[in-house]
Amino acid sequence: MRVTFTANGKPVEADDVWEGESLLYVLRERVGLPGSKNACEQGECGSCTVYLDGVPVCSCLVAAGQVQDREVRTVEGLAEESGELGLVQQAFIDAGAVQCGFCTPGLLVQTDALLDNEPQPSDNDIREALSGNLCRCTGYEKIMDAVRLASARKCAKAASE
Amino acid sequence: MSTRTIQGQKNLQDIRTSSPDGIGGSPLRPDGNLKVRGEFAYSSDMWHEDMLWGMALRSPHPRANLISVDISEALKVPGVYAVLTHKDIPGSKFYGLEIQDQPALAIDKVRYHGEAIALVAADHPETARRAVKKIKVEYEVLTPIVTEEQCLDPQTHGYVHEPHEYKSHGYDNICHEQKLVSGLGVTDEVRALADVVVSGHYEVGMQDQAFLGPESGLAVPAEDGGIDLYVATQWLHVDREQMAPVLALPEEKVRLTLAGVGGAFGGREDLSMQIHASLLALHTGKPVKIVYARDESFFGHVHRHPAKMYYEHGATRDGKLVYADARIVLDGGAYASASPAVVGNAASLGHGPYVIPNVRMHAIALYSNNPSCGAMRGFGAVQAAFGYESQMDKLAAELGIDPVELRQLNAMAEGDYMPTGQKIDSPAPVAELLQRVKDMPLPPPLDLDNLDIRQVPGALSNTSHGEGIVRGIGYSVGIKNVGFSEGFDDYSTARVRLEVIGGEPVAMVHTAMAEVGQGGVTVHAQIARTELGVEQVTIHPANTEVGSAGSTSASRQTYMTGGAVKLAAEAVKQALITKGRRRYGWDQNDIDLVGGKVVSESAGVLVSMVDLLGEEAIDLTREHHHRPTVPFDKETGQGFGHVQYTFCANRAVVDVDVDLGLVKVVELTAVQDVGKALNPLSVVGQIQGGVTQALGLAVMEEIVVKDGKVRNASFTDYLIPTILDTPPIPVEILELPDPNAPYGLRGVGEAPTVSATPSIVAAIRAATGIALNRIPVRPEHLTGTL
Ligand code: FES
Ligand code: FES
Repeated sequence: MRVTFTANGKPVEADDVWEGESLLYVLRERVGLPGSKNACEQGECGSCTVYLDGVPVCSCLVAAGQVQDREVRTVEGLAEESGELGLVQQAFIDAGAVQCGFCTPGLLVQTDALLDNEPQPSDNDIREALSGNLCRCTGYEKIMDAVRLASARKCAKAASE
Repeated sequence: MSTRTIQGQKNLQDIRTSSPDGIGGSPLRPDGNLKVRGEFAYSSDMWHEDMLWGMALRSPHPRANLISVDISEALKVPGVYAVLTHKDIPGSKFYGLEIQDQPALAIDKVRYHGEAIALVAADHPETARRAVKKIKVEYEVLTPIVTEEQCLDPQTHGYVHEPHEYKSHGYDNICHEQKLVSGLGVTDEVRALADVVVSGHYEVGMQDQAFLGPESGLAVPAEDGGIDLYVATQWLHVDREQMAPVLALPEEKVRLTLAGVGGAFGGREDLSMQIHASLLALHTGKPVKIVYARDESFFGHVHRHPAKMYYEHGATRDGKLVYADARIVLDGGAYASASPAVVGNAASLGHGPYVIPNVRMHAIALYSNNPSCGAMRGFGAVQAAFGYESQMDKLAAELGIDPVELRQLNAMAEGDYMPTGQKIDSPAPVAELLQRVKDMPLPPPLDLDNLDIRQVPGALSNTSHGEGIVRGIGYSVGIKNVGFSEGFDDYSTARVRLEVIGGEPVAMVHTAMAEVGQGGVTVHAQIARTELGVEQVTIHPANTEVGSAGSTSASRQTYMTGGAVKLAAEAVKQALITKGRRRYGWDQNDIDLVGGKVVSESAGVLVSMVDLLGEEAIDLTREHHHRPTVPFDKETGQGFGHVQYTFCANRAVVDVDVDLGLVKVVELTAVQDVGKALNPLSVVGQIQGGVTQALGLAVMEEIVVKDGKVRNASFTDYLIPTILDTPPIPVEILELPDPNAPYGLRGVGEAPTVSATPSIVAAIRAATGIALNRIPVRPEHLTGTL
């Protein structure tokens, strides 16, 4: 089948898609967006998290056909239009929250969504919101730092605007 | 939340730390930008026009004879390009890290659940999956050999490898063993010297590395008949060494380039898909990509050895250790992998960082029909630490001495001797680490009146509102060796090039080091900046065009490859200064490179590096070998076997819901001596990641194997700590330089994983009063419903 949807604001189409393919597979193998990662392909690790119509989902659990005519935003779409890193992306680098980085794309999308809903989350809020994203390298402490840093910067930015 | 203070020790070597991006600073990762953009190419992201997908058929039985393998139906599936069995292997059919006992594809029999039998290459992963299902295998299923008793009685239960297959290795299903005796050993006379004796049996479950990036890579057939492989691994050259004979190619025709690695932790030391993808690519003449699914990843790599241990310690009434007796049985599974070295570590580090006058130890690794075990962070020292630290707590309770004090009383220090007879010839601040971890502020008690339900064990799933919670505190300390031991000529190679690009002096660092997330690439740039006085450093992609860097394991890469980069950079610097001397006739002895200039303390700036270099590039390669070690004596375990030791101490605070048997670690503190923190941000990150894996082993992580079959090969059933399971992790680092190591540094990555597990179990014991002797601790151990 053919699937057409919007990825990071641009229309994309994929041909010869087999019915069983996931959105994750289509993104990674068919439309040249390998930023979302494939660590379990069964909804357990969160590495594949993308926005689907503005809601974060595990793209490995979304059938490709389900995204027909819908909007997908991946980690590749988190940077500013100028090409500069987005606030959450920069905070992850600055806090040392990226080691191997395999969990990072999913965590970035989930954190971005968290801070959209709750710009000043408590530590418990952060832990709850990110509990679906596994990271095997960092021990999460620096991820907590990154989210706090992103929150602080976001609030400072909002205050100055 | 994390704190860090650096003790103000002066480094032994004169280091130029003027640049915040040089050593001792915390510049950001050079690959961080790409990683947060999703543009960093991990091995599973590799892509090639016209590529095929490879997949393996894996055995559902842990032990069986293969009566027949029929691939004809699989070959008929449209879109299938090749189906291969061991018959299609052109060269040697076996490989292995230390012992070549593992068939690249099963021959005549399978020895573990998940062993690869045949391979498929197809145009879509789903096609490959369907074709794999069409391979018909007739098995004669045999009773697996899985327990210690069965393994050690081959007359009754059989051999995992037939005796004639052993060739030079192993006997009676024992893959490797190491004994150790020091002082008077453990005799009746020695036992009589002790006022108190404590003993116990301890058990460690099978832990998995569970790195997130699946085993994967892309093999591209080359015009010269060779193969180009882009792969996530820990050691490019040792992969090549094992691959070439199987592929019947000379090593130079097997070219490996490191593709992005999503974590490793020892699980990528052995080959996984390297040979399989290459065989398929050579056979089909097309690029072949293999990406393991998560269940295949659990089957496709070796795990941490499960262990059964017996420990006995004798001490005087005032707490001085008199003797220790131990037996450690590691289940190595079907193939040897790194088992011999793991046994060496367990035996030589198995008594912990304590001075014990009389010691006896016997460590063995078994061959069994369980999954193969090999390298995982902590490598043989982790299992033992659970044993000896549990014993220290038991002994402290028996004597009525504070557990930290008892440890301090017996703590080893610089100048003491290991039970192997090796003198500790650099700082070993064991007592101090314990003191510091004890002195760190405690988290506030749980405030049941103002409870955020998310703080208490299991409450997020609404099983509790905080009733029945008891808090406990536990301590531990551990020891780990750094680098490869027992006479292995451990070395690394680095190439450093200095040239002018765009009017600036630029250094390029080329090594074969596998960056697996640990931050080596950041540190290499820091070293080059420091030694060469330049700002711009580029890191060349790691590949086999440069000499071996050795493995990214054993906490050795910063020491070994960092050391090689330092040597190469120093050589480049000397060559540049020599060039200046020739041209300008400088006779000062205090010439150095700083800020892009050649300077002399007495004469000031001599010339800019740009002017001195001109069009010329200086490009030099150096190898760094650590000082030689020797194998341990087989019977006595004596010998200078390890190059460096490293220590970490921990405190765990836990809340236990005694009704539900649920544990929440409230805080997990670590204090470690790192010799010199080349990059403090990375060092702290390594320690926090390391203790979190220890937390996993303490309370949740285990590959459940029943009758040789793996029951939980998924992230649904094999649980690793989430951010909710992981507490704040305050870290403090000490910097007491090791005079034998580059910059005085000490390997960092493994010690926290060795040491932290026992502190958590100790805290649970303190909270519940239950004697726990098996990890991971499960709810049923705490509620008495086992
Ligand atoms: S890959 Fe989708 S949740 Fe793990
Ligand atoms: S940084 Fe490696 S999994 Fe998170």
